[in-house]
Amino acid sequence: MATLLQIAGVFGVLSLLAFGGGAAVLPDMQRQVVDVHHWITSREFLDMFALSRAIPPGSMIVVLIGQKTAGIAGALVALLAMFGPSSLLAFALGRLWHRAGAAAWRETLEQAMAPVSIGVTIASGIAIARSTEHDWATYAVTAATTLLLALTRLHPLAVMGGGALLLALVSS
Amino acid sequence: MATRSTQGPPSLATLFLSFLTIGSTSFGGGLLGWIRRELVERRGWIDDQQFLVFYGISQMVPGATNVNLSVIIGTQLRGIPGAFAAVAGLLLAPLAILLALGALYFAARNVPGSRLINAALIGAGAAAIGFNLATGIRLAHHNIRRIGPAVVAAAIIVGIGILRIPLLEVLLVMLPASLLVTLAERAR
Repeated sequence: MATLLQIAGVFGVLSLLAFGGGAAVLPDMQRQVVDVHHWITSREFLDMFALSRAIPPGSMIVVLIGQKTAGIAGALVALLAMFGPSSLLAFALGRLWHRAGAAAWRETLEQAMAPVSIGVTIASGIAIARSTEHDWATYAVTAATTLLLALTRLHPLAVMGGGALLLALVSS
Repeated sequence: MATRSTQGPPSLATLFLSFLTIGSTSFGGGLLGWIRRELVERRGWIDDQQFLVFYGISQMVPGATNVNLSVIIGTQLRGIPGAFAAVAGLLLAPLAILLALGALYFAARNVPGSRLINAALIGAGAAAIGFNLATGIRLAHHNIRRIGPAVVAAAIIVGIGILRIPLLEVLLVMLPASLLVTLAERAR
């Protein structure tokens, strides 16, 4: 029980610090769970990061840390703690927005937010590609899928399957 | 710009199933693209402008952006129960898979063929980044009509994507800048 409370405490705080998404708090998380609480080793943290990286919606590494530390209950507590507090803030801000109704300032703000969100979407893609991709094959897959999915009606799963197959072939 | 959706709100079960689909298809990444594809293009529950506003709000609070986005869209469509239905649907499949993966990992560290699986995951991940980029390009094509907003979007792309300035700092500068651009265009 004490461990579950500690898990809730650690991830609950990280949840509120994760501006821009979970990647922002990964170093803090590693320090807390490896150095401060000794729940897992540094090697396990890296393995868990690799295992959870492809699992949506991000930050799912907390499930593995919780599971290793306190079983299924630990996993669920870690998940709730990581997503709960930030979700409450998102809910509150969304509500505030909804309450504004058809106010003129809201329409203006909405118009102003559109290009910002579009810019962030494209910029995030470029930033993630630059930090995770280091060879021509992965860059080529990203560039090709960007073009294919922007210009054609191909199903995203087919294109992503193609990318997976291509890199498996290149590596073997 | 697309008009606001005129359909009634979906049932909680439909909302849950929709997010279950999103969560189940977005392994490897591309979650933002899947959310827009399912909710804007396929279901028509929200339009592009709402999607962009909700995404913007999701960025302003801490936490996983796509979870925040699901909370806000769920609330918009079906109130607080809608938020729970959306997030539960989004997380169910990933959680189940990850617990199974975790159990496997704790049982045996070295899985045969893991190098090949890893390469395939990297390939799917690279393609998923392309999916998100393509979503951004589609959004730009549908929603940016004038030079002012185009400059705002371009500045953000350079700031975060090329110069690697932290998101929060870029938002603190570019949101007011975009507001000024919007007001200036209104005044004309």
